[in-house]
Amino acid sequence: MNLAARAMSLFLLGLVRLLTGAQARWHGCPPKAEQRIYFANHQSHADLVLIWAALPHELRAITRPIAARDYWTASPLKRWITTAVFNAVYVERERKGDEDPLAPLIAALESGDSLILFPEGTRGFEEDPQPFKSGLYNLARRFPEVVLVPTWIHNVQRVMPKGEVVPVPVLCSVTFGEPLRLGTDEDRAEFLTRARAAVIALREV
Amino acid sequence: MGSFLRSLSPSQQVGLLFVVVFGLLALATVAVLLLSLRERAHDSDATIQRRHDNLALLRTSWVMAVVFWVGWAAGERAAIVMFAVLSFLVLREFISLSPTRRGDHRALVLAFFVVLPLQYALVWTERFDLFTVFVPVYVFLAIPVVSALRNDPQRFLERAAKLQWGIMVCVYGLSHVPALLLLSFPRWNGESAFLVFFLVLVVQTCMLVQHLAARGRTRPVAPAISDSFHWASWGWGLLAGGLVGALLAGLTPFKPLPALAMALVACVAGTLGHLVMKAIKRDRGVTHWGGASRSVTGAAGLLDRLDALCFAAPVFFHSVRWTFNL
Repeated sequence: MNLAARAMSLFLLGLVRLLTGAQARWHGCPPKAEQRIYFANHQSHADLVLIWAALPHELRAITRPIAARDYWTASPLKRWITTAVFNAVYVERERKGDEDPLAPLIAALESGDSLILFPEGTRGFEEDPQPFKSGLYNLARRFPEVVLVPTWIHNVQRVMPKGEVVPVPVLCSVTFGEPLRLGTDEDRAEFLTRARAAVIALREV
Repeated sequence: MGSFLRSLSPSQQVGLLFVVVFGLLALATVAVLLLSLRERAHDSDATIQRRHDNLALLRTSWVMAVVFWVGWAAGERAAIVMFAVLSFLVLREFISLSPTRRGDHRALVLAFFVVLPLQYALVWTERFDLFTVFVPVYVFLAIPVVSALRNDPQRFLERAAKLQWGIMVCVYGLSHVPALLLLSFPRWNGESAFLVFFLVLVVQTCMLVQHLAARGRTRPVAPAISDSFHWASWGWGLLAGGLVGALLAGLTPFKPLPALAMALVACVAGTLGHLVMKAIKRDRGVTHWGGASRSVTGAAGLLDRLDALCFAAPVFFHSVRWTFNL
């Protein structure tokens, strides 16, 4: 990481802590440097920044968030922050041609990185997350040794609702739950429902 | 004792005060530590809970004492900035536990980034007339207007009220503490820092004695809100706070009797304000302000420590100004 990126990362960490507290609650698993996929509810673009800030320093370096290419590369600043600071993996939200939208994620997992994933695909505005898309299932099938950690992000939508530019200070927390395993003959729909329930269950702990 | 204290220079007096306070705190901490070494084996849950409460109270007192020592050592201007930061942090805690809707976003921005800095800027520039009415008059109107313009009538009064309460308690109330530093009394060459110290020590003593006197009592006044508030223990707390106030009269511009009265005013406001904040917490179903993980570790939020002061400071400030025609 170069000097500018390091400074930006310190600045963002300070800002996020001042605004939200960026509290990590390790409920079902300890923070551990094993290969993981953290899958979380998605209500705001700031979700990505919050999980990133809540992870301990050692894990932050090996954990890459998934960022929507159209939003996060819209301006040179956003692109620079997601590449140089967050080391994000870009995905297309709209399927283009016949390329596999999961290809960049698979490449990242093959090189040993951990991922932060929002399986709803897009931001929701309801209390409960929307149904999960099948990307999580496909990755879990393909990489059975990667640990799947359900994650609940609390309150972020209040920090910066859609359409607003100035964030407001509200205490937020990120709860990491007990890892999930994909059963050998578990089918797609069953697993995705279970994964979503595991995320929602963390709201109450 | 009064004449000895008067013979010292103001800064020597403050120094002596801090030595005494930190000495008492150190003694209390050692005592609690020794107790915790002794009782271990077969304690009931109640004992453990009580020890936990005592520790929390001690920690609060340490934090308060250190905060005010830093405030005094760094000078008045630094103290104003410090209290502005405290205001920001407690308002953040308050807002986190008061559900707002998307339509309140602009009002929240206004509260955090305009009202809060302006209120402390008014303290900084010593515009006490405007400082007194800025929040209750102008902000009172501005906040709901900004919310109303966002076109969301759902639970409007409730949302606006929550925001205004947050600003009143966390910004307006707390900003009166550094404002005390800037009061100048005719024919008194002591330090205004004494007034802050007087206020904090008196209120904190009152709360501590009230807490201790509530031990073993049953039938609290409002059990659904606080199981430690009894009229009798409240009376003991007030008595202790008032006596400490009278003892400290030598450090303040007050004579002992007015000092007693001022101390009582601050204590009544502080303890009852604390009770009101407890009611708000019960309404939200929490025991402490602060993030969700706080309830696991047992550490309380900042607002739990400062709420009594938030209510005591404005009442005390205006009683002093009124009495002395400042």
